[in-house]
Amino acid sequence: MSYSEKVLDHYENPRNVGSFEKDASGVGTGMVGAPACGDVMKLQIKVNEQGIIEDAKFKTYGCGSAIASSSLVTEWVKGKSLDEAMHLKNTQIAEELALPPVKIHCSILAEDAIKAAVADYKQKHGLGGEEYTACNPPKEH
Amino acid sequence: MVKTPIYLDYSATTPVDPRVAEKMIPYLTELFGNPASRSHSFGWAAEKAVEEARGEVAALVNADPKEIVWTSGATESNNLAIKGAAHFYQGKGKHLITVKTEHKAVLDTCRELERQGFEVTYLGVKENGLIDLDEFKAAIRPDTVLASVMFVNNEIGVIQDIPAMGEICRSKGVLFHVDAAQAAGKVDIDLGKLKVDLMSFSAHKIYGPKGIGALYVRRKPRVRLEAQMHGGGHERGMRSGTLPTHQIVGMGEAFRLAREEMHTETERIRMLRDKLHKGVSDIEEVHVNGDMEARIAGNLNVSFNFVEGESLIMAIKDLAVSSGSACTSASLEPSYVLKALGRNDELAHSSIRFTLGRFSTEEEIDYAVKLLHEKIGKLREMSPLWEMYKDGIDLDTVQWAAH
Repeated sequence: MSYSEKVLDHYENPRNVGSFEKDASGVGTGMVGAPACGDVMKLQIKVNEQGIIEDAKFKTYGCGSAIASSSLVTEWVKGKSLDEAMHLKNTQIAEELALPPVKIHCSILAEDAIKAAVADYKQKHGLGGEEYTACNPPKEH
Repeated sequence: MVKTPIYLDYSATTPVDPRVAEKMIPYLTELFGNPASRSHSFGWAAEKAVEEARGEVAALVNADPKEIVWTSGATESNNLAIKGAAHFYQGKGKHLITVKTEHKAVLDTCRELERQGFEVTYLGVKENGLIDLDEFKAAIRPDTVLASVMFVNNEIGVIQDIPAMGEICRSKGVLFHVDAAQAAGKVDIDLGKLKVDLMSFSAHKIYGPKGIGALYVRRKPRVRLEAQMHGGGHERGMRSGTLPTHQIVGMGEAFRLAREEMHTETERIRMLRDKLHKGVSDIEEVHVNGDMEARIAGNLNVSFNFVEGESLIMAIKDLAVSSGSACTSASLEPSYVLKALGRNDELAHSSIRFTLGRFSTEEEIDYAVKLLHEKIGKLREMSPLWEMYKDGIDLDTVQWAAH
């Protein structure tokens, strides 16, 4: 598997690795993927009173492309409003990182992670966000 | 300073030993004759070289040279043995037995025979990767014509009890095929004693060239095969095609070197492998896959829990190793061999296969251990599963949202 330079850069120097206190009021947490599939992403956003994402952190179990995709989105969501963050598309991630077709699922997972984090934040604040589930849990693998 | 990348993937393939390469070269240039040419000295010289090499291959496994048939490699040998025997003996029955942890060259051949109307039993293995002999015995039916079991597993390096399974097959009148691609030169093979009817070999796994292999076909009691490759009737009609003299010479020399050196070499490799094992065993949550006793000296297959295999391979790019995680495939299925051991998905996705060989050095192992310590730590800092494990969360109770 050969990776693009951008994937390698994010993989070797991942941005914003870490965790926020899950229960803090300004924090939204999204956890998507499953160990059975070989990747799990945890993406957290810290939202200020104006509804702007001022910080983001991630932890990812997965291949290099999964790590790079999550690292990239933590950079992208910073400074965005919740609605703007919701409009980030996996195709933008895949394009930026030049992901090969077999790795597109990594970018989908990263998009799902943002949506899950935003939904978690909205739910905490009674903003009408429904609990976001990316997909059904895996059955027989 | 060690030279990187360090090759630790000897079960994938090996470099051709320089002594082997040297012996091959004249057969590409001056001694280029066709071994089937009977009318001049070019052909005679080539034929002599081919027969000498046949003798060397036979000698390593204590067989008669007449029982060795040249093929293009172990994949072809497996195809010829299984399809050839199944087709020839289909009047007797259409049931075959194999194992879930076999190489694809055996499993896919069996799938093809199923499409042709044969029935195949795929035996499971125990948690240590070994076959339960009672289960093996119980799988044999009156219409079973052949059982196929690998000597040494390519992923986890475990050694199956071939002598015992041979006895069972012989007593039940079932042909026994053994894929020994990963075994030749690594474990003692005595076909004078083993009740094995067909055995597959490869050259490139033991410091010979790629593209050449052999199939042992027992003469007493005689085993018949239906040819899969038709043509000039080479190799007593079992495998037509002009013999690649230089490749055959290389395989012969590789097998000769193995016969002379395997015992001292195995001890050295085992010492290095044990050093690697010891070196990583102080990392938390490291699990060896497969039995540690019934295992070839050069193999260490371990799962570094909570770290995904492919990202680990990226992190340790100074080491040429392979992973049981198949995140590159669309299905995202981890290794079917590790799944057959009952490993859960996380562990299967977290596995790395290190295979050591003739040119591995102690410095390389020291370097590998140091690098692994560093990178496992870094990746676990990045792993949400590791974080949850450290928080005392049982990952089996988590409802995962898959994509």
